[in-house]
Amino acid sequence: MIIAQRLALGVLTLIVVSMVIFGAVSMLPGDFAEAILGQGATPQAVAAIRRDLGLDEPAILRYFSWLGDTLRGDLGVSYAQMNFQSNMGGGDNLRTVASQIAPRFANTMFLAGVTACIAVPFAVGLGILAALFRNSAFDKAANVSTLSSISSPEFFLAYILILFLAVLNPVLPSLSNIYEGMTLSERLEKTLLPALTLTLVVTAHMMRMTRAAIINLLASPYIEMARLKGVSPMRVIVRHALPNALAPIINVVALNLAYLITGVVVVEVVFVYPGIGQLFVDSVKNRDIPVVQACCLIFAAAYILLNLTADILSILSNPRLRHPK
Amino acid sequence: MTRISRRGLLTTGAAAGVLAASGLPLRAQASRGGRLRVGLNGANSSDSWDSRTHSDLFMIASAQGAVFDSLTEVAADGSLRGELATDWDASADAKTWTFNLRKGVTFHNGKAFGADDVIASLKMHTEEGSKSAAQPIVETIVEMKKTGEHQVQMVLENGNADFPYLMSDYHLLIYPAGQIDEAIQKGIGTGLYRAQSFEPGVRMVATRVDDHYKDGNAGWFDEIEYIAINDNTARMNAMLTGQVDAINRIDLKTEQLLRANPQLRIQEVSCNQHYTFPMLTNVAPFDDVNVRRALKHAVNRQEMVDKILLGHGRVGNDSPIGPANQFFFENMEQTTYDPDKARFYLKEAGHDSLDIDLSASNAAFEGAVDAAQLYQASAKAAGININIIQEPADGYWSNVWLKKPFCISYWSGRATEDWMFSNAYEAGAPWNATQWDRDDSERFQDLLLEARAELDTDRRREMYYEMQQILNDDGGVVIPMFANYVEAISNKVATPGVIGNLWQMDNARMAERWWMN
Repeated sequence: MIIAQRLALGVLTLIVVSMVIFGAVSMLPGDFAEAILGQGATPQAVAAIRRDLGLDEPAILRYFSWLGDTLRGDLGVSYAQMNFQSNMGGGDNLRTVASQIAPRFANTMFLAGVTACIAVPFAVGLGILAALFRNSAFDKAANVSTLSSISSPEFFLAYILILFLAVLNPVLPSLSNIYEGMTLSERLEKTLLPALTLTLVVTAHMMRMTRAAIINLLASPYIEMARLKGVSPMRVIVRHALPNALAPIINVVALNLAYLITGVVVVEVVFVYPGIGQLFVDSVKNRDIPVVQACCLIFAAAYILLNLTADILSILSNPRLRHPK
Repeated sequence: MTRISRRGLLTTGAAAGVLAASGLPLRAQASRGGRLRVGLNGANSSDSWDSRTHSDLFMIASAQGAVFDSLTEVAADGSLRGELATDWDASADAKTWTFNLRKGVTFHNGKAFGADDVIASLKMHTEEGSKSAAQPIVETIVEMKKTGEHQVQMVLENGNADFPYLMSDYHLLIYPAGQIDEAIQKGIGTGLYRAQSFEPGVRMVATRVDDHYKDGNAGWFDEIEYIAINDNTARMNAMLTGQVDAINRIDLKTEQLLRANPQLRIQEVSCNQHYTFPMLTNVAPFDDVNVRRALKHAVNRQEMVDKILLGHGRVGNDSPIGPANQFFFENMEQTTYDPDKARFYLKEAGHDSLDIDLSASNAAFEGAVDAAQLYQASAKAAGININIIQEPADGYWSNVWLKKPFCISYWSGRATEDWMFSNAYEAGAPWNATQWDRDDSERFQDLLLEARAELDTDRRREMYYEMQQILNDDGGVVIPMFANYVEAISNKVATPGVIGNLWQMDNARMAERWWMN
């Protein structure tokens, strides 16, 4: 019930997002015709492209026809492809937005997945250790290093890693141009540096939340009880405190995972990783609204679904919520 | 650079044979094999094999430079030679051109190449509603006739001595007739390399075809991989860590890092790429030729080359013709920074001082805003107050260029004088960035038309020299600098003695001309 309600709200959010994006892109100076022709834009060519793509219609009409198609599950065809087709004078072998985005999105998910596999256990483990040895030198070192890595811009972290792991000690490639037909190990090798960079970016948030949530609970009577019965400090934290601290941790993890899907453009550019962010930026530059809209929908959906998952997991992790009276 | 008289070759059309022979000694040591990996910028997710949309290096190098061929080709030394045409002949008025086509050539899908393919491929550019940048070239052909299985005759609207040159334009690729749709989807041409995989904006892989008419002259690699790396630093990193064998356009600020690396070398080519400050000559105060002259003397050209190009270029006179052109007026007197002279011209125009706006954005070129500031500082001494308006890079070409009275722009240059002039300075041309109309430039416009149909080399040289001088003295453009192409190449890759200067990366033909050591 809750889930259905949340999903319905999610769809509503998506529609609002699509409206905002459409409006924002329409307000940018220039349109697809001018952007694609660049310096070579003659008035005739611009007019020809606008006519062929229907860009001369009012924005409201274009938005609703797009919305209608999308609700039927058809993300449409990018302006670049339509322009290409009208140049050809026919031909049905168009690449739809969906088929254009699919491989890029798969790459983005791969990078997010690899990063999550490294970052989540690492951050949570570090958080637990920091809580266990709170206020020790280890705790302080962990805090200082993760906070400084989150405070540095991503591209700076990326260049530092490239300097140490690719240029001075060439153990990893600085180019992450993965493509179809690579073996999994090749893919992993190429993806490792961007994944490490992103790990540095997202660790602090998750680690600090883990630490704080656990330390918060340490004053509770049941923890004191556990201590008094002689349970070891490590066991107190892992068995008694952590399960009760899971809800906030899961929420932060979900937020960071969503960030890994939607916010990695800079890392993609630095490592030349063919993810969705690059496609998104190209499309905004070209004012290719169908692609921009589709990317935004994916980004928004990632946030909505991950948040929903986090909420469900929080409920599952809490017996009081799992068995309401 | 050695120059072979191009005109003689042009009209008699024995180009291909002679030049192939003259190119041989350089390539004697070249051998087949290896895989070339190149990191290139200028790639976009909307790229395709449709040559009508090509405008930047990645697709030019992939299409014309590897997978497709044109009728003619500009060799590294600037001479013209046949590619899919073997030779050509013009009528005395340079209006009717007959091209003999190469026999025994097949497309990558097995279709035999012939006259129909040429006609169909050229017609792509003039189709109803076509947006091809080569439309102005093809439009001048009033009639295309198949005079034989391997011969095409084209009749032009007006005589054009440079017509075979225009056929080497990177938009004018030859596709298989009747299968153009499929050829654009899959990349089917007659080039040295067969497209294997192409992900727009990501990478392109092609393998050498087994049997090709350029065998022994070009195409030494077994396989080529072009990787789209639009980010400067990422491209430099890829080169430094040896993940690519060559990159275009290195970052000049960190050039030292590359120079310090013994595994690679820097290739620098003096070319036609130039940075311009166009002013609209029909808008006050730029409609006064003395104001334009004052502005020409108010810019410190050498300072711009030193500070904006970091020395990788040369000082320009105000003419777009450069070393990659046949009739480059190299010994024209250099316009120098001279505030007194600028003041003098300003007085002539009836001003004691002048306030003008300059629209600038780095969309024109890296460092354009800095260049505007240098101009501002140097012009102050001449009593010209330049107010810099920073324009957004987004939409710069649609909203500022051709519209604002004084702005910053660039040109990559053209292979022929006529092409350059008629693109950017002919009265009525859509890209006439200075709005130079006939009244203001009668002599120039007359010469342009006259030189176009002239077949005599010496007379043409005279005319083009005079046009360069007129543009330099009276034109509405300030061209302070010509920027070199600066590229990095691994020592594993060998390059011939002469490198093309028409376009980056050996005219974007590294897949054809370079080889593995």
